[in-house]
Amino acid sequence: MRYLFSTVGLLCCTSVLLYCQDRPDNPPFIETPEKVDYTYQIVVDDLDIPWGMDFISENELLITEKKGELIYAVDGQKTQISGLPFVYQRGQGGLLDVALHPDFKNNNIIYFVTATNTENDDRGGNSALYSAILNLEDFRLDDLTLLYKATPNTKRPHHWGSRIVFDEQGHLYFAIGDRGQRDITPQDLTADGGKIYRLHLDGSIPEDNPFVGQPGAKKAVFSYGHRNPQGMIFHPQEKEIWLNEHGPRGGDEINISKKGLNYGWPVITHGINYSGTIITDQTHREGMEQPFYYWIPSIGPSGMAISTSDIYPDWKGNIFVGSLTFSYLERLVIENNQVVKREKVLDKIGRVRNVKEGLDGYLYVGVENLGIVKIIPPNENISASL
Amino acid sequence: MKIFLLLFSVGSTLLFFSIQKNKTLDESIADGEMIYDDFCLQCHRADGQGVEGIFPPLGQADFLFENIDRSIAAIKYGMQGAIVVNGIEYDGLMADQGLEDQEVADVMNYVLNSWGNSHDQIITIDRVKSVKPLD
Repeated sequence: MRYLFSTVGLLCCTSVLLYCQDRPDNPPFIETPEKVDYTYQIVVDDLDIPWGMDFISENELLITEKKGELIYAVDGQKTQISGLPFVYQRGQGGLLDVALHPDFKNNNIIYFVTATNTENDDRGGNSALYSAILNLEDFRLDDLTLLYKATPNTKRPHHWGSRIVFDEQGHLYFAIGDRGQRDITPQDLTADGGKIYRLHLDGSIPEDNPFVGQPGAKKAVFSYGHRNPQGMIFHPQEKEIWLNEHGPRGGDEINISKKGLNYGWPVITHGINYSGTIITDQTHREGMEQPFYYWIPSIGPSGMAISTSDIYPDWKGNIFVGSLTFSYLERLVIENNQVVKREKVLDKIGRVRNVKEGLDGYLYVGVENLGIVKIIPPNENISASL
Repeated sequence: MKIFLLLFSVGSTLLFFSIQKNKTLDESIADGEMIYDDFCLQCHRADGQGVEGIFPPLGQADFLFENIDRSIAAIKYGMQGAIVVNGIEYDGLMADQGLEDQEVADVMNYVLNSWGNSHDQIITIDRVKSVKPLD
């Protein structure tokens, strides 16, 4: 009897421990450099949540504010662009990423993703991809075109995505998060959400998309089982779609999105609920992809860039990811297909929402409640350019 | 007689809708907890203590009880600029979360009655409606 009690007691203790313990930190551990030799300059100031940005020229930027403003900035001077569709503000939703068409110089087309409601119902909203012609004479959008709208609408405040990137074969990729419905959307190919989508630049669906022949499936889907991707690049050397996504507590991930593959959310994850309860004890399963890297503890990743220029010594080929949670930009060194080093850049600068390499090869960082920050390498004085 | 019946039915319909509209404090607190978990918990934390110097506490917070309408405005329209809560300065940005007026009332009632807080007077949807942006 005493044995039974102690066994029960032991089991209780164990379950309490399981209940509240995070998995151990995942290496390589984050480093704070002893010596910081770069500086930074605020090139566009006074922004709340600069969610997305793209570069028109070396001194012209297009910026989205989550609250529903599209901003044209030249040499730091801001002008608002009119003509946006209805932007639905709800929790993490609002106006999200913006990207120039690869041939913007000739056609002035831009793309953006926004939370919206196009059905005029009172059921909330979902993410939508639009294209438009940027008219910089009158500072307005012309020829606004809805290319994709996720359904159904919901008032859930979570996980709208999104970033917009292009490959070299005329495809556009964007992401929609699971919309706070992890047991409904990510594993169901007939439902929107928890997916990476692939379209032609005119919004049509490529015939070789992986689920085009599957009855009922959303034909724009490229990969699935995602939670909430908020950073994405077309990797210029690997020629692949790299992304980071918010996981639960201790389950933020870098994934390489490949055609038709399942990234496992919420069936497998390295994280636990933010309340401390277990989502699943499975981290691996046949037919589901392992992340390229996962963060324990979670950093709240948003934005992704790769440094391709020679401007920063030793940073060429490194991946950069914003941390909302810890208020720094993270530099990840990758060797032999593995993350071998992680380091803080711009430590304590504020919630880093976005990072991108400019046409001039400099890294530009979108920081909440601050603005757009340009990182100046050690061998340069702060220049007045941009 | 017909007029009496008409008045009675109109009256009872109005009464029905006014009952529908006004939740009890307990109902509002229960609904507010769900709103809190979805919209607020990530920063202000499950224990309502926030993160010192970054996200202000809500539990036992002097600022909250001294600035109830300002707190409603902060939830409705967002808030920016330095404030002092329990002697510590916070200079962050709280974005407008896009809550409906009833949801603002519910989450206020939850916050005002959690983590050792208590506030007898219910925050109604009408009070939320009447709060204008700061400045």
